[in-house]
Amino acid sequence: MIEVTGLTKQFGAKKAVDDLTFTVRPGIVTGFLGPNGAGKSTTMRMILGLDQPTSGTALIEGRPYRELTNPLQTVGALLDAKWVHPNRSAKAHLQWMAASNGIPASRVDEVLRLVGLSEVAKQKAGGFSLGMSQRLGLAGALLGDPKVLMFDEPVNGLDPEGIVWIRKFMQRLAAEGRTVLVSSHLLSEMALTAEHLIVIGRGRLISDSSVQDFVDHASESSVRVRSPQLDALRSALTSAGLTVREPSAVDELKPALVAANSTTEAIGDIAARHQIVLHELSSQHGSLEEAFMKLTGDDVQYHGADDSADARTTTDTMGGALR
Amino acid sequence: MSVLAAERIKLTTTKSPWWCTVAIVVLGLGIAAILGISARSAYGSYENALASGNPPDFEPFLPTVADSVTGVSGFGVLVLMIMAALAITSEYRFGLIRTTFQAIPSRASVLVTKSLLIGVVGAALSFVLALGGFYVAKAMAGPDAGQAMVLEGGDAWRSIYSIPIYAFLCVFLAVGVGALLRQSAAAVALLLLWPLLVESLFNLFGSIGRDIMPFLPFTNANNFLGAPGGVDFHWGPWVSLLYFAAFVAIVFGASIVVVNKRDA
Repeated sequence: MIEVTGLTKQFGAKKAVDDLTFTVRPGIVTGFLGPNGAGKSTTMRMILGLDQPTSGTALIEGRPYRELTNPLQTVGALLDAKWVHPNRSAKAHLQWMAASNGIPASRVDEVLRLVGLSEVAKQKAGGFSLGMSQRLGLAGALLGDPKVLMFDEPVNGLDPEGIVWIRKFMQRLAAEGRTVLVSSHLLSEMALTAEHLIVIGRGRLISDSSVQDFVDHASESSVRVRSPQLDALRSALTSAGLTVREPSAVDELKPALVAANSTTEAIGDIAARHQIVLHELSSQHGSLEEAFMKLTGDDVQYHGADDSADARTTTDTMGGALR
Repeated sequence: MSVLAAERIKLTTTKSPWWCTVAIVVLGLGIAAILGISARSAYGSYENALASGNPPDFEPFLPTVADSVTGVSGFGVLVLMIMAALAITSEYRFGLIRTTFQAIPSRASVLVTKSLLIGVVGAALSFVLALGGFYVAKAMAGPDAGQAMVLEGGDAWRSIYSIPIYAFLCVFLAVGVGALLRQSAAAVALLLLWPLLVESLFNLFGSIGRDIMPFLPFTNANNFLGAPGGVDFHWGPWVSLLYFAAFVAIVFGASIVVVNKRDA
């Protein structure tokens, strides 16, 4: 369990984290989502006692991080896979970490096997690829068999195989009853990994809900409908007070209509009342990305200089993953 | 104890501390050997000049116990300080310090344990090397040129046992400076230039400089080591040691306060 209350971090005039309050519960993967520069890493560093909050508190299992004895046995965290000495072997790196927290040395070999690094355990960490470094960081996080796990952008720079591996790994950890907090700027990734989402933008809390709720509430739900009597249908829907538009896709071969903010039930009822034949009636959810953009659009920290290019810049800021 | 175990593993699992140790041994014994050899050859030419009937107008150089260990007290301890400073600045450089503080949230205990470990190892090493350097220099100099190198009396012995005490304090100073500056180059430059250059610059400032000299930390350390260097001290070698220790304590204490306050 991680409890963050009124957490604020001020760098000069800029508030990197602004009065954040949320709770991360055990047993599920909680996604910590926000555009780059939203304050995710700063929040995680404050939870780990690395940065001092300007105000507010972050508690892990009811206590501030710096008051935990042998903290690696309570919290495992991977904030940056490159926080190792490049000339020290992977094994020696884990050995000093184990020794510092009273973890038996035998556990080092266990976690190396767990993340698949046994073969290269004696190699210097500086020569590792990003994927291997991430695995080493993961091994360090798991060393103390902690109840609480935190990962900052764990899939950044990984190949698809590595991404799937990490995703399954985190879900397994949560299924074991642990508290798992994973940050990402990729909503699509979080949708596959997390059950619960904490979304922030410019250091402020935007949303704290299940992934499903986030999508339902944030995205527009519209209805797509096809009919041989398209004109009659259009006037029927319009007179019912609905906003109707043509489908946006240019390669649309069959004529169709999209009714905004409506349900299939409502459209079906209207069509029946006017005795209009329908060939298709389907509800359309906005994509997760659309939902995310809609919520955080105003909260992206680094817009391009040209205001008219905002939409494009926002997409770029999200790492291009939204396309 | 767990922090000590962790720091011991850290110290022994990268190569640079081993290379620094090799450098300290080579400097400590090598300079002693060179000093002995050159003292012997200088004494030889002095004797030759006497024998050939034209007495030289100089006295032969007869190195003392303090002279025989300058390789350790001067150069060896400087390398030890570099090693101690790098032990902390390299953690900052690679971001490893955050992993360290994540594992050991008590930052003071990290700095103190690191210093204690390197300090005790460095003190033991420098004591052995001081004794070794003395015997190497004496053996190389031979009985005539080495006649002043006798381990007798308080001052002669202090030249030996002052070195581990000095080395121990220097390690705390180096870790403190390293933690304050966080940059290897800056910390090493400061730690080398300060004793080697900055304090001797005061010689150039005339009478004011000479008045300030007895209050400079490394000048006091040298007084304790038995090499007062012509400075007119207001106190004896043991007060000089206390003076240097107090200076180290202030720098090290400041580093703990700053590191505790600062975001890692």
